Amino acid sequence: MTTIVIRRAGICSTLQDLGRTGYRAYGVPASGALDAITLKLANVLVGNATECAAIEMLYSGVTLEVHGHAVRLAVCGADATIAAAANAPPRVVQAWQSVTVRPGEILRIGPIRDAATAYLAIEGGVDVAPVLGSVSTHLAGALGGWQGRALRAGDVLPLRRDKPTPRAERRYSRTPALRAPDQLRVMPGPQDSRFERASMDTLLSSDYTVSPSSDRSGLRLDGTALRHIGGYDSISEGVAAGTIQVPGSGLPVILIGDHPTVGGYPGIATIISADLPAAGRLRIGSRVRFTAVSETEAARARAQLSTIFEETISSLVDVQE
Amino acid sequence: MRYSMCGDAAFTIELGARANVLLTRTIAALHTALHRAAPTGFIESVPGLTSLTVFFDPDSTSATELQQRLTRLIHAERTTTATSRAWHIPVCYTSEYASDLQEVAAACGMTPEAVVATHTERTYVVYLLGFSPGFPYLGDVNPRLELPRRAEPRIRVPAGSVAIATHYSAIYPQSTAGGWHIIGRTPVVLFDAAAHPPALLAAGDTVRFYNVDADAYDRLAAECKAGRYSPAA
Repeated sequence: MTTIVIRRAGICSTLQDLGRTGYRAYGVPASGALDAITLKLANVLVGNATECAAIEMLYSGVTLEVHGHAVRLAVCGADATIAAAANAPPRVVQAWQSVTVRPGEILRIGPIRDAATAYLAIEGGVDVAPVLGSVSTHLAGALGGWQGRALRAGDVLPLRRDKPTPRAERRYSRTPALRAPDQLRVMPGPQDSRFERASMDTLLSSDYTVSPSSDRSGLRLDGTALRHIGGYDSISEGVAAGTIQVPGSGLPVILIGDHPTVGGYPGIATIISADLPAAGRLRIGSRVRFTAVSETEAARARAQLSTIFEETISSLVDVQE
Repeated sequence: MRYSMCGDAAFTIELGARANVLLTRTIAALHTALHRAAPTGFIESVPGLTSLTVFFDPDSTSATELQQRLTRLIHAERTTTATSRAWHIPVCYTSEYASDLQEVAAACGMTPEAVVATHTERTYVVYLLGFSPGFPYLGDVNPRLELPRRAEPRIRVPAGSVAIATHYSAIYPQSTAGGWHIIGRTPVVLFDAAAHPPALLAAGDTVRFYNVDADAYDRLAAECKAGRYSPAA
């Protein structure tokens, strides 16, 4: 059996696919990759279906060793090095290409510089059973992924494939600039009427900075506080990823990945679905601005993102040895 | 009835102003009807206290199209009653399991025994599941027990903890952080990812709590663990 042994786990490395659907009514959050487009592109490099689970790494990469047979991997969002042994001279592996790691070799990923997230796709994927239809890890609920938790040093992950498919490695000749964004597009609502008019102007005209208290369920923002009309308590209702909730402090929180299914604070605006992967790339300390768009513009943005994705896929070429 | 967009891939329909059993059952019926109808592009819906939030794929349908469908379902569902179940849930209110019972009693100007009696005298409605997998919002508690949430949330609330805050009572299915007042613990398993459906309760169900001593709790805990106990009323 071929396995991956985690030597260093990084700050928060979890198994994530495109998330869980159909269980929100039971209180089960969607979870899933914060940056779904990079996850998909990583999967394509190793020949996986785009929705296959990969290792999502936040801020720092994993270091791993391969046991058994060789494994084909791809790292998107960070460079990596491979060494034959812990103290052997490493060779550099560029991001956005597949590579085969032989048994005993050590792959070290990182640092992650341009975004909060990077993804390690493994040909065939990790051999874990989906929970409620998904391999995504939901940290607070200790659900799915690898034992419902973030990876730790010493974890031995069994793989679905024993050996890599014999073929050339692949890379993208055109890599999209998938960095932490400086701008995100929003649609007002669902509770924009619960804010003073000036607060929407403030949201759409000032810089916000991602606070260190952010995690995989919410990006907490520092900046100008927003003002509610009639208090901040709201009747609990279903919430969507990308909704910018405003608690009593007046400082916005962007709901992402692991966010609870219901929320009790008014949502002033919601990031459009085409910009959700970009929101997932925001780093602690990133400065971001919001611009309002219509439903039609949101549809155009989805089409543009899908074009970028297709163009990247069609730029796939074999790596010349 | 009012629709509001939550971005380009979800919207919420508000169906009332304040949570009550009739409204909860209407929302539950609509939620069920929508899943049964499964219109093109519909992904899932989530009952709220007074609303239903609908998730969809905007590339295969539109908010307008789904809202029209929903409006037709609302009219058709008028005559339908949602299926709801009744549960009797054992709770041990002994101090070992009730870290906030003394404080709650003091804040409400009652004895701990009176708090327990007041908490067990009502039949609660499951308004919604949220916060964490299988976590029920049960309401309304007797106004004598209404307290704001704790100023400082606890880092870890044990699984099975029975709690109150504002108009609601709740049960923590997992050990998580939490800001509600813990007044007891149940051995009943509220969430099991391997079960179908994974949550014991559903919006629209009713719940009554009954007081058990520590010995009964231990016995029931063993039965729950072995999968031999059902809290169905």
